[in-house]
Amino acid sequence: MSTVPSTSRREWQALMRAAAMVGPRRGRLALSIILGAGSILAAAALLAVAGVLISKASLKPPILTLTVFTVAVRGLAMARALLRYFERLASHDLAFRVLSELRVKFFERLVPLVPEGIGRMRSGDVLSRFTGEVDTLQDLYLRALGPPMIALVVVAVIGVAVAIVLPAGALVLVVALVVAGTAIPALALALTRRSGRRQAPARAALTAELVDVIQGAPELAVYGRQAQWLERVQAADSRLMATQRRDALASAVSAVLSVLVSGAALVGVTAVGVDAVASGRLDGILLAAAVFLTMGAFEAVGGLPDAAQKIAACATAASRLEEVTDEPAPVTGPTDPRSLAGGGPLVADGVGFRYPGSDEVALRDVSLELRPGSRVALVGASGSGKTTLARLLVRFADPDSGTISLGATGLREAAQDDVRHRVRLVGQDAYLFTATIAANVRLARPACSDAEIVEALTRAGLGPWLASLPEGLETQVGEEGAAVSGGQRGRIAMARGFISDSDHLVLDEPTAQLDPAGARGLLAGLAADRSDGRGMLVITHTVEGLEGFDEILVMDAGRIVERGRWEELVAAGGAFATIAAAG
Amino acid sequence: MSEAPPRSARSSVDRRLLRSVRAARLPFAIAIALGVLTAVLVVAQASLLGRVIAGAFPGGDDLADSEPLLWLLAGVVVLRALCAGGFEASGRIGAGRVMSELRSRITSHLLHARPTGLRDQRSGELVSTAVQGVDALEVYFARYLPQLVLAVLVPVVILAWIFPRDFAAGMILLVTLPVIVVFMVLIGLGARAATDRRWRTLSLLSAHFLDVVRGLETLRANDRAQAQVETLARAGDEYRRETMATLRIAFLSSLVLELAAMLGTALVAATIAIQLIGGNLAFSAGLAVLILAPELYLPIRMVGQQFHASADGLAAAERCFEVLDTPATVSVPEAPAPAPDPSRSALVLDGVAFSYPERDVPVLEDLSLRLEPGEHVALVGPSGVGKSTVAAVLLRLLEPAAGRITCGGTDLADVDPEAWRRRVSWVPQRTTLFSGTIAENVSFADRSAPREKVEAACLASGLDRVAAALPAGLDTQVGEAGRRLSAGEAQRVALARAFLRDAPLLILDEPTAHLDANASSEVGEAIERLAAGRTTLMIVHRPALARGADRVVELGGRA
Repeated sequence: MSTVPSTSRREWQALMRAAAMVGPRRGRLALSIILGAGSILAAAALLAVAGVLISKASLKPPILTLTVFTVAVRGLAMARALLRYFERLASHDLAFRVLSELRVKFFERLVPLVPEGIGRMRSGDVLSRFTGEVDTLQDLYLRALGPPMIALVVVAVIGVAVAIVLPAGALVLVVALVVAGTAIPALALALTRRSGRRQAPARAALTAELVDVIQGAPELAVYGRQAQWLERVQAADSRLMATQRRDALASAVSAVLSVLVSGAALVGVTAVGVDAVASGRLDGILLAAAVFLTMGAFEAVGGLPDAAQKIAACATAASRLEEVTDEPAPVTGPTDPRSLAGGGPLVADGVGFRYPGSDEVALRDVSLELRPGSRVALVGASGSGKTTLARLLVRFADPDSGTISLGATGLREAAQDDVRHRVRLVGQDAYLFTATIAANVRLARPACSDAEIVEALTRAGLGPWLASLPEGLETQVGEEGAAVSGGQRGRIAMARGFISDSDHLVLDEPTAQLDPAGARGLLAGLAADRSDGRGMLVITHTVEGLEGFDEILVMDAGRIVERGRWEELVAAGGAFATIAAAG
Repeated sequence: MSEAPPRSARSSVDRRLLRSVRAARLPFAIAIALGVLTAVLVVAQASLLGRVIAGAFPGGDDLADSEPLLWLLAGVVVLRALCAGGFEASGRIGAGRVMSELRSRITSHLLHARPTGLRDQRSGELVSTAVQGVDALEVYFARYLPQLVLAVLVPVVILAWIFPRDFAAGMILLVTLPVIVVFMVLIGLGARAATDRRWRTLSLLSAHFLDVVRGLETLRANDRAQAQVETLARAGDEYRRETMATLRIAFLSSLVLELAAMLGTALVAATIAIQLIGGNLAFSAGLAVLILAPELYLPIRMVGQQFHASADGLAAAERCFEVLDTPATVSVPEAPAPAPDPSRSALVLDGVAFSYPERDVPVLEDLSLRLEPGEHVALVGPSGVGKSTVAAVLLRLLEPAAGRITCGGTDLADVDPEAWRRRVSWVPQRTTLFSGTIAENVSFADRSAPREKVEAACLASGLDRVAAALPAGLDTQVGEAGRRLSAGEAQRVALARAFLRDAPLLILDEPTAHLDANASSEVGEAIERLAAGRTTLMIVHRPALARGADRVVELGGRA
């Protein structure tokens, strides 16, 4: 969809900053502009020299006197083709480099913001859009900023060339080129914007009707309403078509203007030239050349309306990217980190937290201790603050009050990477990358062996499944893990936790995608298998299987309301007893 | 960035697309006429310019002498401008009509031939095919196709003018033309594979980037984000190097094409010069031929520029045709039998089987079932055993692959599907709410029903209590643009529809599957009221939900 919103000052600045981000490429940019301008100039010069050639020939001189011109014409023909070839190579190479660099730069800026710094809206959408905007910026030099720069060079060179022999003609030509290079692209851009604005509601209405038809097709069939809904779609379609017809007329206007401007320049330069020849100010031999240069010069501005669209699109993309990356990082520093060596318990002491901009307190005076080798469960309804606490424990955000420490060191005093290395979070919607099972597990500890991966997967309950796969560890999980079930996805994520060389594991809802029996087995298994010395904090909303846990914390509205072992809590007859009884 | 269709597929898609041009014959006819006119004007402009220049030098005319010709030239320029505008407008308007027609055909196909709807993840894709996909065709119809017309017309007209005046130049142009066309085709076909590769590379890279960005939280949690920065840079660099290697070859065809066009012009210039010296050619004509040489090649080269954009359009067209080519799921008999009445005769499924073409394993195998008039049967089975397929087959949204369904001795396959469906009420797993008010969504089941009957249906289904809590009551807007109803509220709309339709056969497809305990029990009560006195098939996944059934039938057990 080509909706081009208006370009504000903010967007311009963002565009310039994005352009500056790839500053070190100036040499390559200059090369591709010189090659591009050179190829247009060669074509114009070819015609001009050919003009001189046949003008001279019309005076019937000895044929040998023309050799230099015929050779020049052929040379320019070859130069044009070669320059164009190398320009395309240079500009594509540049575009690839720019895109790659933009990706890296924007990714680096995004890293400290995920997950807590990108707003509370669903992060998947923000991130998909983010990559889309970066993709848009790939046109930054090749299609947006390149053509105007090439045009500038061409206009300057041809302007000077014509001015030397025919100053008045040069004036006409340059004015026409400037109009064709600025006013017409601006007009085209304005028309496209207006059309985008006009089409958006009609397009949305049509999409809504189509969504209804596609999702409701069975109901429409059962209730015999197909004909009526086809009419509704067609009506929405005609409304969209009506706006598109108006836009077609508008774009016809800019097509008319662009031919008129170049035609006016042609007629103008010819008239000025004829006058100059008649009054002896211009050698007649050069008249055809001046006219042909005029014709050739417009190649440089022909692509500018498209470039204007690209510039506007890039500016919008750049400013949207900045909207994301300008968010303050939720955690910073420290500048002089202390080492976390030695492990020890993970302790939260009186932790309070509120999301920025939210009135509700997410966590209130939460304390817990996760000793090496222990199993602690965190139970509570969704929205009670369990995931928030998990994220604080790996320092994706800092508590507003209270402290979290590992061993003797507060998390704020240690390097962030060190914290997340020691305390490994297996998130609720842990992501599977488009790669093999092995690669997805290995990312938690790149140096691990295949045997260790198999062991970790087996511990996560995937042994039989893995054995049934013809390609075993090398099985692709599909795009975003689409080829594996939700339960398998969760268990692969858990295997990452198991294989990591962390001191503690925080497992956020490992049972979310499992059936009751599977959930129970998993939790009981975690409690029973104490073979590694890690502390594990398990967040869950299903409680069956927690009988063997060392401590169960019950959370409600950001507080821990009950704590103790299974039998203690059941005996107490509080909230946990109710949940446990409901099963 | 879409994949371009393979070579052989392209030509057939091209042909089908050209057939759909019929919807816009007039605008395209105008475009062609304007194309011819443009070609004539190009020649007129060159000829006039030649005469003006030759008039001044060596002719010695001053500005006043040249004035009439200059005015004529200005007139030609104005006409050319108008033609360009008309060409643009008619191309785009024609494209609009073709797209509108295609959208209409897709919609109609989905509504009539594939009423089963599609699985959720595919529906978004379908909407994008019908809207954006069809829009991608605009480039094909508004730019590529008109340019193709010009590429044929302009050279013909120009050569027709040049040959009588300068045979040698005409021959040079005529000989170079096939070279240009051959390399155009080469760029279009052979070397395009390499160009496509560049697009594939780019889309691979963006898919990788998206993957990494979406998984960033996981990467950070595993202390791998910094490592990914290097991977990203390395991947970008590797792909760039690989792609540039193929592009160096791919761009060679354009190089040859450009060389042919440029050297053709250079040769024409030299030929003109020789003939001028020999006195075989008027200077004004020589100038005109020189001006026309690049104009002859221009439209052909422009086709090349539009080629890739058109490939996107073709890929979109292919998706459109794929949708249109999906076979109908239900057939309409030529001489339909009258629809039998399930309140009088038993409904019998006899050895019914069904399999989806995209899956190997049949969803239904040899199902036999008998529903006596007024009987309540619960069909129980775990998910994936084809319970919903039974509902679709009974609603005649799908045709069974084997076996038959009869009612009172009439095979349902001999009955007009629409007539049969009027005898059936249906409460699906998930109810679709259409854009409109709640009342409109209920009277959807019976357009002619008076308001009182609609309100009665709402009362019976418990929808009135839902509506009472809303500001505009039954007239509250729902659907895409309106208020979102919860799953339980939406199910009550489906129940109200079923009450209003008042059909003798009732099919309930896991009506409480997506509801919480509270909503589930309320909906359950309404269902009991609805089922009273009707032949009812209730599909559930747990036997506990089959309460109130006269008989429970277990389905499946297939692994």
